[in-house]
Amino acid sequence: MDIRKIFPDYYRRNGTGLGTFLLIAVFFWVVVLIILPQLSMLDFSFRHHLPPPEMGGPKDTYTIEHYKYLVFGAKGAGSAYNVVDLGVFVRTLVAAIFVTIVDLILCYPLAYYLGQTKGGGFTRVLVLLLIIPYWVNEILRAFAFRIIFGDSGLINEVLLNTGTIAQPIDFIRANIALYAGLSYAYILLMIFPIYNVIESLDRNQIEAARDMGAPWWRIHWRIVIPYAKPGISSGCTMVFMLSAGALAAPQILGGPSSLWFTQIIYQWFNSGGNWPRGAAFAIVLLVTCIIIVLSLMRAFKVKMGDIGK
Amino acid sequence: MKKGVAVNLEDVWIRFGDFVAVREANVNINGGEFFSFLGPSGCGKTTILRAVSGFLEPSQGRVMIGGKDMVGFGPNKRPTALIFQNLALFPLMKVWENITFSLEVKGASKKDRRKRADELLEMIALSDQSEKLPSELSGGQKQRVAIARALCAQPDVLLLDEPLSALDLKLRQHMRTELREIQRRVGITFIYITHDQGEALTMSDSVAVMRAGIIDQVAEGQAIYDDPATAFVASFVGENNVMRGKIASLDGKQALIATNRTGELIARIASSAQGSMKVGDDAMMFVRPEALRIAKDTSEAKNRLSAKVRHEEFEGQSYNVFLDGDAGKELKMSLINVGQQRESAQGQNLTLEYSPDQAVVLPAGELASE
Ligand SMILES: Nc1ncnc2c1ncn2[C@@H]1O[C@H](COP(=O)(O)OP(=O)(O)OP(=O)(O)O)[C@@H](O)[C@H]1O
Ligand SMILES: [Mg+2]
Repeated sequence: MDIRKIFPDYYRRNGTGLGTFLLIAVFFWVVVLIILPQLSMLDFSFRHHLPPPEMGGPKDTYTIEHYKYLVFGAKGAGSAYNVVDLGVFVRTLVAAIFVTIVDLILCYPLAYYLGQTKGGGFTRVLVLLLIIPYWVNEILRAFAFRIIFGDSGLINEVLLNTGTIAQPIDFIRANIALYAGLSYAYILLMIFPIYNVIESLDRNQIEAARDMGAPWWRIHWRIVIPYAKPGISSGCTMVFMLSAGALAAPQILGGPSSLWFTQIIYQWFNSGGNWPRGAAFAIVLLVTCIIIVLSLMRAFKVKMGDIGK
Repeated sequence: MKKGVAVNLEDVWIRFGDFVAVREANVNINGGEFFSFLGPSGCGKTTILRAVSGFLEPSQGRVMIGGKDMVGFGPNKRPTALIFQNLALFPLMKVWENITFSLEVKGASKKDRRKRADELLEMIALSDQSEKLPSELSGGQKQRVAIARALCAQPDVLLLDEPLSALDLKLRQHMRTELREIQRRVGITFIYITHDQGEALTMSDSVAVMRAGIIDQVAEGQAIYDDPATAFVASFVGENNVMRGKIASLDGKQALIATNRTGELIARIASSAQGSMKVGDDAMMFVRPEALRIAKDTSEAKNRLSAKVRHEEFEGQSYNVFLDGDAGKELKMSLINVGQQRESAQGQNLTLEYSPDQAVVLPAGELASE
């Protein structure tokens, strides 16, 4: 596309004042709020961890020691690789994928129901019921989950009283509380993109398939899911990215033995005071997540443009 | 070739809450027939079709297909295929996949499906388009793909819900002939829905005319046109000049009607109204524009009206003359263009006449609104 052609058109549509404002706002947003901070993090991750007086001094050169540290660990440590950090890293990604799948399984039927039954009133109440809990802030929700899943929490109480179990189950240690909390935290980000696409699916297509004898699962497999793919992939992308990068929920709901990779990053930034190492770890997490998302998109033949829908 | 299968609606009522969408429908559709439901928008045509295809059950009455009561059979269990008002092609499947979806459902192999798709594509003359997506086709091509997809399921009854309404005039006329041709070739029963009387009359063996959920008349196209059963049918199908009045006298199959504006006029009593009309009843007389002609002299008679030419409209094969009758009554007359000098001119007073059996008298009733 010819940039000179876009701009006069753009200004004609938006007027000079609004047009300029929008351009500046977008520029500020992209450059100042996204690109610059990330670039400085990237820059940080390749520097030595130095005390402030030595910054900018002769020792302040570029290095990949922090990346090496993530893979190989400290020199002279027992094993050849940084088993602890890498283990947490992989576990975090697997858990994030798991949370994404759980959300998808929960949300697809719900989104389908919301999107295809044009029953106005009831549907609206249902959507409202989904949104209202999000007025409560994340910390409060996480602690509420701690209470529900605690040793003497609601779930254990019910199970004990009905005689289903003899001993309380330690949901926190088993990380069930964490997975439930994360799944719940991002459920709306899964439902709404899927709901949006499915709502625009022409009901006649479903009926046409039914008329031709298709059972319900084939209707979903061949018609609804392919149609909803852009919504499904944008929902999955968001849930995966956000749960891999979550911090509050793992802090509050995670079992004592299980760290989330973000917690390690946080420790380096915060108590460790080693910003370059924290930055390096964070960038590895970011890049890996992007690679996972892109390769899944390629595997499922989703185009980048579809995600925005 | 399949043999067509009969479809019978027996006292079918369909209600949505308190609203009655279809009342007391009794229709017998013969096997292999091209049958049309004709009616204005919102009269319940789609609703009837959905009841035949199984997407909804009648609130009362029976739908019989091939002599079998269809109650409890879902759309996938009925020997029908429905072509939707908006076609509802699957946008993400290629043309050939769309067409053979019903075979895919039955678990046919890809090779068989390809083969069948090629046959059907040849029938609809789209052999070179099989790899395209529906969005890459023209309106008429989509239309034909939808027909092929429905036929692929080898239904006994094909249901078509205004499938031509989205096409432009030329294409629509072309598709009419094509549809009729396909129907003759496959020999199955077609139930066709339309609000376009031209479509209904040109294609169908029989037509049911509907008004607000009620079926007013079921007959061949010509009978619908020449011998309407109700005032609604007379005014909805084709154009008609209507004269309101009371029956002045009855004489066998003819009646004299004292019109409110034009004096006494004579006309044939419609067959549906024979024996049921009495002197003094409110009645309507209908005479078609093409049944009117200019009288040779100006003497008065019971089959004559006088009127003043307002303006003319040239239509090629005919020209339409719009006239003001007595007391401001508007009339329309169509004269065939035979290449001669026009016999009328603006502002001229004319005496019009018609042959009494080309005008019909019906009990007064609701008219179709334009
Ligand atoms: N599911 C429904 N619930 C309530 N009313 C309905 C429903 N479906 C149809 N109706 C009503 O039934 C009447 C007939 O509808 P239908 O769709 O059969 O009309 P139609 O003759 O096909 O009209 P068109 O030519 O515009 O397609 C309409 O008044 C419509 O509002
Ligand atoms: Mg309709």
